[in-house]
Amino acid sequence: MSTDTETIDRFVDQEYKWGFYTDVEADTLPPGLDEEVVRQISGKKDEPEWLTEWRLKSFRHWQKMKEPRWPHVQYEPIDYQSISYYSAPGAKDKDRPKSLDEVDPKLLETYDKLGVPLHERERLAGVAVDAVFDSVSVGTTHKEELAKHGIIFCSFSEAVQDHPELVRKYLGSVVPYTDNFFATLNSAVFTDGSFVYIPKGVRCPLELSTYFRINAAGTGQFERTLIVADEGSHVSYLEGCTAPMRDENQLHAAVVELVALGDAEIKYSTVQNWYPGDKEGRGGIYNFVTKRGICKGANSKISWTQVETGSAITWKYPSVILRGDGSVGEFYSVALTNLKQQADTGTKMIHIGRNTRSTIISKGISAGRGQNSYRGLVQINKNATGARNYTQCDSLLIGNRCGAHTFPYIEVKNPTAIVEHEATTSKIGEDQIFYCNARGIETQDAVNMIVNGFCKEVFRELPMEFAMEAQALMDVSLEGSVG
Amino acid sequence: MLEIKNLQAGVNGKAILKGINLSIQPGETHAIMGPNGSGKSTLAQVLAGRESYEIFGGSVTYNGQDLLDLAPEVRVREGFFLAFQYPVEISGVNTTYFLRAAVNAVRAHRGEEELSAVDFLKLMREKIQLLELDESLFKRSVNEGFSGGEKKRAEILQMALLEPTMAVLDETDSGLDIDALKIVANGLNHLKRANNAQLIITHYQRLLNYVVPDHVHVLHDGRIVKSGGKELALELEEKGYDWVTNGELQTA
Repeated sequence: MSTDTETIDRFVDQEYKWGFYTDVEADTLPPGLDEEVVRQISGKKDEPEWLTEWRLKSFRHWQKMKEPRWPHVQYEPIDYQSISYYSAPGAKDKDRPKSLDEVDPKLLETYDKLGVPLHERERLAGVAVDAVFDSVSVGTTHKEELAKHGIIFCSFSEAVQDHPELVRKYLGSVVPYTDNFFATLNSAVFTDGSFVYIPKGVRCPLELSTYFRINAAGTGQFERTLIVADEGSHVSYLEGCTAPMRDENQLHAAVVELVALGDAEIKYSTVQNWYPGDKEGRGGIYNFVTKRGICKGANSKISWTQVETGSAITWKYPSVILRGDGSVGEFYSVALTNLKQQADTGTKMIHIGRNTRSTIISKGISAGRGQNSYRGLVQINKNATGARNYTQCDSLLIGNRCGAHTFPYIEVKNPTAIVEHEATTSKIGEDQIFYCNARGIETQDAVNMIVNGFCKEVFRELPMEFAMEAQALMDVSLEGSVG
Repeated sequence: MLEIKNLQAGVNGKAILKGINLSIQPGETHAIMGPNGSGKSTLAQVLAGRESYEIFGGSVTYNGQDLLDLAPEVRVREGFFLAFQYPVEISGVNTTYFLRAAVNAVRAHRGEEELSAVDFLKLMREKIQLLELDESLFKRSVNEGFSGGEKKRAEILQMALLEPTMAVLDETDSGLDIDALKIVANGLNHLKRANNAQLIITHYQRLLNYVVPDHVHVLHDGRIVKSGGKELALELEEKGYDWVTNGELQTA
């Protein structure tokens, strides 16, 4: 039934709506990576000696490492000497704006276009945004209001200047500089990102959000985010990202570290929409990201929610180290691969403390010629008495040229542990679409209905302001799909 | 209401329907009977607009429109309904949500206002009683975890909600026990009006004990080889399909 597959194949026609380029003057380092480049990046940011040394230590370690080949993805070798490791809008670092009022209007316009207005008047109510453009943060909103509660929310560079003791204490404490090839590279050349500190007992009154935008060509983006929730505090943080459409691949190798002290809770949500490349797999972002949180204190909780619709290749495993007794780790993920996108994503739940609990809900959607892999590790250590894990891993296939793969790893060293794993694979069939048609429902609505139904367990974990956005994003990513 | 003229259709270039002629007037109930492989389900799917079937020739006129020219979703909005032989399961999509989307799609087409969730629930409860279904089914995903009989009854419930003028029932009786068969028949009779029509496609005669057809047609090898009144169904039951397919064909 050849026409059946043709109908579904029309899925592949989607348009990336965030693919524009902003023409701004930029201070960009020439391509190439050596110790001098690392020193230059550190110098541009007036970093203290210890941080420069930490970067150099990372760089030297990185030179001895090999790029991982175990992920279930294929790509041409990356030439790390052809990438520029620093690009900042504005001619010179010294001219950097002091406040949002001084920011180049072109940059503000860019964020308007992306639906993340930074001006005072149009800001998103209830959400404080840190806007990162290529290698630097261009501004952070609602800073004063947050300061009233003692909350620190600023760019990483500012944090290094203003709160060096906190940065020094926690940087690399969850993802050590030796951790893995991409995290180590990031440790050497990271440029900016967000820093959050929530003081003891404070419930952050706003959603905190960072919007990452890659703009310049030939550059990589290496940001670093560090969130520390002190005892009994609570914060919800959201990250969004887009990039221009280009024929070349661009590398995005970020590191995110979360630290939750006793009774603290961090909810970290990502709506990842990097340029996915075209139908033939030309261009798109390589999203090689290390995200990890530690539940350091008793009864703390870290929850990762991710909606991954973009990137040519996604390689990330937001993980939780459950050290505190009674701590809770959660991972809710929707990963969509359309076109020729490839995703190898999942999580690691490392149970160390007693009565620690973790939940993993992973929803993979493959359309077009996309390849989607779930890779997850549940590790129950010797002392983790009473640990529990529940994993549910579902794959949805649209059309018959895509693939779904599952690589679950379970290591249990304590006999009292209870570990559950459920997995399903299903396919949106021509018969389902026809059935909806025969009930008056149009094909596109039928597909959206089925996909949203498949994802709802994850969508409902997103902060309310973004749940709708995520759903709309899914619809757009599959738009024009079926005739 | 429905005028099928010399309809030829099939799959992958191979003809299954080899010239069907059938005329259905408002208020009529027709039954098409035939052995396995005679083209019964193909006819149902072609009429509903399944893309995987090719049309080689002929025409289908529905209320003055070229039915074959309409997209499947437009056909149902125009009042042409197919109850599926094998209702499809749609995981993750709540049945009530799905039915409301269907009803509102049809209403929007007719220029009627969308039903609110509250009004829709009221309407649905009323129809649920008619088909004697368990309300908890409608909290599940579409057709998921429904028994075979529940699926078939749910199809008639959808028909009751969408109020078609021309309904085609593709082997709705297969797999039903006698109680469920009576409920389905009762539903069909209840939905029958002077201005609508039903086309019942079936292998067996037993549903026709409860839903009495005005005309019965025998389909064999892609053609209607015999037509008659309700007594033809009984005759077929008694003598078997060989009677019409092998023997000398007589026109009734």
